[in-house]
Amino acid sequence: MNSSLLLSAATFIYALASVFYIGSFSFKKQVLAKLGFWVIVIGFIANTSGILLRWMESYQMGYGHAPFSNMYESLVFFSWTVAALYIFVEIKYRESIIGVFVSPLIFLAIAYASFDPSISSKISPLIPALKSNWLIAHVITCFLGYAGFALAFGFSFIYFVKPRDPNATSIFAKLPDWEIIDELTYQMIVFGFLFLTIGIITGSVWANSAWGKYWSWDPKETWSLITWFIYAIFLHLRLMRGWHGAKLALVSIFGFFCVLFTYFGVNYLLSGLHSYG
Amino acid sequence: MFFASVRLTVYTLVILAVTSIIGTVILQNGSPQQYVNLYGQGLYNLIQVLQIDDMYHAWWYLLLLLLLCINIVVCSVERLSKTWKIIFPDKIKVNPKRFLSAKNKESFETEKDLEPLCAEYEALLSKRIGKVIRQEAEGSVVLYAEKGRWTRLGVYVVHASVILLLAGALIGALFGFKASLRLDEGETADTVFDSKTRMPIKLPFAIQCNEFEVRFYDTGAPEEFRSNLTVIEGGQESFTRDIRVNQPLRYKGINVFQSSYGTASPNEAVFQITDNITQDVITQTIKKGQAVDLPGNMGTFKFEGFLPHFDFRGHNLGEAFFGRMTLAEGKNFQIGLPTKFPTFDKMRKGRFTVVVKDFDQAYYTGLQVTKDPGVWYVYAGFIFMIVGCWVTFFISHQSVCIGLETSMSNAGSTSGPVRVWVAGKANRNAHGMTLKIRKLATILKDI
Ligand code: HEM
Repeated sequence: MNSSLLLSAATFIYALASVFYIGSFSFKKQVLAKLGFWVIVIGFIANTSGILLRWMESYQMGYGHAPFSNMYESLVFFSWTVAALYIFVEIKYRESIIGVFVSPLIFLAIAYASFDPSISSKISPLIPALKSNWLIAHVITCFLGYAGFALAFGFSFIYFVKPRDPNATSIFAKLPDWEIIDELTYQMIVFGFLFLTIGIITGSVWANSAWGKYWSWDPKETWSLITWFIYAIFLHLRLMRGWHGAKLALVSIFGFFCVLFTYFGVNYLLSGLHSYG
Repeated sequence: MFFASVRLTVYTLVILAVTSIIGTVILQNGSPQQYVNLYGQGLYNLIQVLQIDDMYHAWWYLLLLLLLCINIVVCSVERLSKTWKIIFPDKIKVNPKRFLSAKNKESFETEKDLEPLCAEYEALLSKRIGKVIRQEAEGSVVLYAEKGRWTRLGVYVVHASVILLLAGALIGALFGFKASLRLDEGETADTVFDSKTRMPIKLPFAIQCNEFEVRFYDTGAPEEFRSNLTVIEGGQESFTRDIRVNQPLRYKGINVFQSSYGTASPNEAVFQITDNITQDVITQTIKKGQAVDLPGNMGTFKFEGFLPHFDFRGHNLGEAFFGRMTLAEGKNFQIGLPTKFPTFDKMRKGRFTVVVKDFDQAYYTGLQVTKDPGVWYVYAGFIFMIVGCWVTFFISHQSVCIGLETSMSNAGSTSGPVRVWVAGKANRNAHGMTLKIRKLATILKDI
């Protein structure tokens, strides 16, 4: 058993979970969504063990570093954080059906890590700049932030598919009450915002200990700041200007595109200090 | 008022978000020539006027940041002056009517007596929420408790942190510097050169580089860069330290970071000179600038120096020694000896062939030297921002009210079924409050 095998298994288990969730929608069967949830939990266990095993393997190879050091590892960890946060939300709010908007995201991230040929899954040693405990704090907090925004993004679609008519019988009428959806999206963004803030701050402290400058307007830094601005706008619109519903959901969707650009776009289209996501 | 509106905040943040993109797509801090090549003369003029070549320090960008600060300050002052009394009241007023319409209100009836019930509820409420205020009217009791009134200040802490961050950045820009320093092994310097202006800056101490070492993994990727530095003050050695990437030297407000390295020119090397006619060979260590006699006193060879990039007919042959051959017959020319191609000089087909047999590879270390007296304000801002966000989002001002009413049929008596209602209010996270009230109601029912 090695970590790549476990992580591939996790990929397929997450795929299965998405199938169950989408199936529960298509066939209006709540029980499939419940099943989907347990499949996600199993996938999450495989994902967790895969990450831990990879960590151990890196020590066996003599490199000895936490598995957050390249695109492959970061995508695997991204799936992990989204899955973790989703499991928490489902247990807390007991609304299993909303997993239909989230499970595909969990699957896509880890699948992209495995199937894109330009992403190497090799365990490689750390270059000197990445040898810092701040790296671990920075990656974990940033990805918790991204996970919050990813869930908010998933939930935001509910605003566009759930029928307004309370007597509607379409498959989307099963979705939770407006109040709960509103609450959920907001909570996810608040969570994401707090962790993105901490993520930017830890990154900045790290930069100051490695290069002597806490902020250097590197494209990735700048894009994370842009993302931060967007979600700050979201918060002020909601708290002070009373925005809500579909209008605000659009801001959340837009914000997530900024997250994606910060994560991928900057690496592929712009150049800078960050060697990976 | 214009400066106090959240609409201004939103617009300013939108403009900041959009314009910040420019600096990530358009080259920053390039040379005029680079801009003309990339964008043409016409666009370059525009870039200059709007200072897009350094847009995060351009006047209009700084103006936007200033606008944010004014917005935050004006808004906070205005709101705080109004809400201070609400946040810290002399006496808390209880208004049960506010709770009667609450969505999360739960009610039930119980057969217990009013007084003992009140006592138990009061104990529970004071344990779970806080100090209980009791109001009595004819046949009814209202119990009220609250906590977290102070959390309403959280948002002001967040906003203050934004100001603190920008203030720290300003202090750093005004009183700090960022400079680079190149030190060969063995060399000492007390003057560094500003990265932007290239102006010399004198440090309060001198830095000596004793040794530089780079280590590689099997894969060829660098594993560690290390410089061994000695700080010298007033001619006296103060202390010696290793610095690595992520482990800078911080001393007297000056920070010294490992940032790059390269090969320095060796001061001496072992040369072998062969006379291709007589087959005489001499092998000798020569210091830079020193000359030796060629075999058979046919002239001299002088070791002149070392080049990091030796250009030979348009090809870069890498590091090379160079020296000057002065023949007795009067001819005088320069030869290059690339370290990668030891027999290179044979190709010249001259009477004498020079080969570099051995030399100690010397390095220079590239240091980044910074001073930033604003960094502590920035770090304080970081802490305030995290704490403020946490308080604002996850702790709320919560109040809970329990009403107990005896049924009016047996007016004047306090026995018989008691109607109980419980409701709560929170300034944030209404859902959390609803869950809390639901739970509280089940506990109250069981008492
Ligand atoms: C980036 C710069 C920011 C600016 C220019 C800004 C500006 C403002 C202004 C002018 C107000 C209205 C006045 C007031 O209540 O004091 C406001 C309210 C608010 N801001 Fe910000 N803000 C910024 C960042 C943040 C951040 C990072 C947070 C995250 C915690 C935040 C959370 C809030 C909240 C929760 C309110 C509503 C206050 C209430 O409900 O009473 N702001 N902001």
